[in-house]
Amino acid sequence: MKYYGLVDGSDASLKSFLNKLPGVDAVGADARAAMLATRSIKTTSKRWAIDTAITMVDLTTLEGADTEGKVQALCAKAVRPDPTDLSVPSVGAVCVYNDMVSVARKHLDSIGGAHIPVAAVSTAFPSGRASMKVKIQDTQDAIDAGAGEIDMVIDRGAFLSGNYIEVFNEIVAIKEICGDKAHLKVIFETGELVTYDNVRKASYLAMLAGADFIKTSTGKIAPAATPPVVLVMLEAVRDFYEMAGVRIGVKPAGGIRNTKDAIKQLVLVNETAGPEWLTPSLFRIGASALLNDLLMQRMKMDDGYYASPQYVTID
Amino acid sequence: MSKRIDVKKTYKLFIGGAFPRTESGRTYEVKNSRGVFIANPCLASRKDLKDAVVAARAAQSGWAHATAYNRGQILYRIAEMLEGRRDQFAAEICELTGVTPRKAQEEVEASIDLLVWYAGWTDKISALDGATNPVAGPYYNFTIPEALGVVGFIAPKKSALLGFVAGIAPIIASGNTVIALASENAPLSAMSLAEVIATSDLPAGVVNILTGKSSELAPWFASHMDIDGLDISGLDAKLVTEIKKGGAQNLKRIHSFKEVASPGRILAFMESKTVWHPIGV
Repeated sequence: MKYYGLVDGSDASLKSFLNKLPGVDAVGADARAAMLATRSIKTTSKRWAIDTAITMVDLTTLEGADTEGKVQALCAKAVRPDPTDLSVPSVGAVCVYNDMVSVARKHLDSIGGAHIPVAAVSTAFPSGRASMKVKIQDTQDAIDAGAGEIDMVIDRGAFLSGNYIEVFNEIVAIKEICGDKAHLKVIFETGELVTYDNVRKASYLAMLAGADFIKTSTGKIAPAATPPVVLVMLEAVRDFYEMAGVRIGVKPAGGIRNTKDAIKQLVLVNETAGPEWLTPSLFRIGASALLNDLLMQRMKMDDGYYASPQYVTID
Repeated sequence: MSKRIDVKKTYKLFIGGAFPRTESGRTYEVKNSRGVFIANPCLASRKDLKDAVVAARAAQSGWAHATAYNRGQILYRIAEMLEGRRDQFAAEICELTGVTPRKAQEEVEASIDLLVWYAGWTDKISALDGATNPVAGPYYNFTIPEALGVVGFIAPKKSALLGFVAGIAPIIASGNTVIALASENAPLSAMSLAEVIATSDLPAGVVNILTGKSSELAPWFASHMDIDGLDISGLDAKLVTEIKKGGAQNLKRIHSFKEVASPGRILAFMESKTVWHPIGV
């Protein structure tokens, strides 16, 4: 059924749905996220968490200075994060700018990484300030180049001025291009949405419009994937599953730099959305520096002494 | 009017320019030479050490790339700041170790002078140890000593301030960053020195100071792959073999020193870079 039968695609029905959502108890969300962050995960659980987190990493490079060589090196790392230890799993995906998608896809296929999808940031990432025509072309280009996942940004200006239907229609249009060729992740840039209420509204808006994943941030703006924001989004996917019977994924990105942060996120997932979400098809972490720290923690657990960044690759 | 209650100082750690408590929440009692309770400093854990190494590593490149002249100025600045607090440090040493006020004063003065002495070495050490080497070819060939990286320091049990300064000053003079474990019995001068360092323009993370048991932490200093060198001047003799074994994994440079003022203490934590430069190009 279109839009899960929850809205009919009109401005009025969307507004009425979003305005009926209960407000977020901001103090409660902060306190709950802070409380869950105190959980201590040790020994075998920590080992499991590290390996699970590695499979969930969307290994990302989104720099103006990206080169083909850098993207290829990133792909090699995605397939085999630690070349000296074959028991380390591959990461969830490689996330690059649009023009690097074909480079990444070709290189992954040539080095035994056919199982790793390439995610492309799309629709005039990171600002989202372009005409719809450009955004559609941008997305089409990425899919033609072999992207299996599209990370689109929403028009925060339209959202903040209450023009929800415009944001909704954009997501619907991009979802149409993706079809069954690519997963659609919708980026809110929660640092610009300001309130948790807005994060909750944006979450439902994106899910109704057909997002397969909702993603916190571009990584270009701070604050990004703070635990309370992720908590609000996890509650949204959990409740949406009750309403529509479909599990939508969540991808925090930006500011998750070390193993401790990553494990905090996994605890949030388990305690909020539930263990069903603890899989790379429903939870991803967008990061670049995180993977090295996960590898170093893994070395520490194996060797019994603290590792050095000199023994992992730079990017 | 009721009698005023003294405001006692909480002795915390010094990591990355901040004064955090130990993540472990542990403390231990420090008593003076007559057995009177003085303070409850932090009993740092291996995770505090891990955090300190991260801070030291982050600060290392910037500190090594500061000009030698600038590093000298900052070491001199630490001496200036310490000069202004001579009496506080002397009183602290007196109270803790039971030496005479005259002796305590002398130790503080010697520490200040030692900082100035090492400040002078920052832009001279490469002239002492560097060389232009004769080679059989149309090249200039230079050898230049450069900073090693992140260095650990187990401070001597006695001579709480002078021994401590004699450890950190030569390590940082060349552009290394340091994680120092203060004397277990007399850690208070080192922690007060952290307050001096924090107001001396030294970039955050160049000096990090922990308090705790060297028997607990020294093995972690030794085995940590991201610590490049270790000054074990204050380590118990019976632990030395274990520590040297632990440091073998990453070829850690491990040294112990008797002399307080020696350019050898600087050079011990430097490595030589040799550069070939063609003549006539």
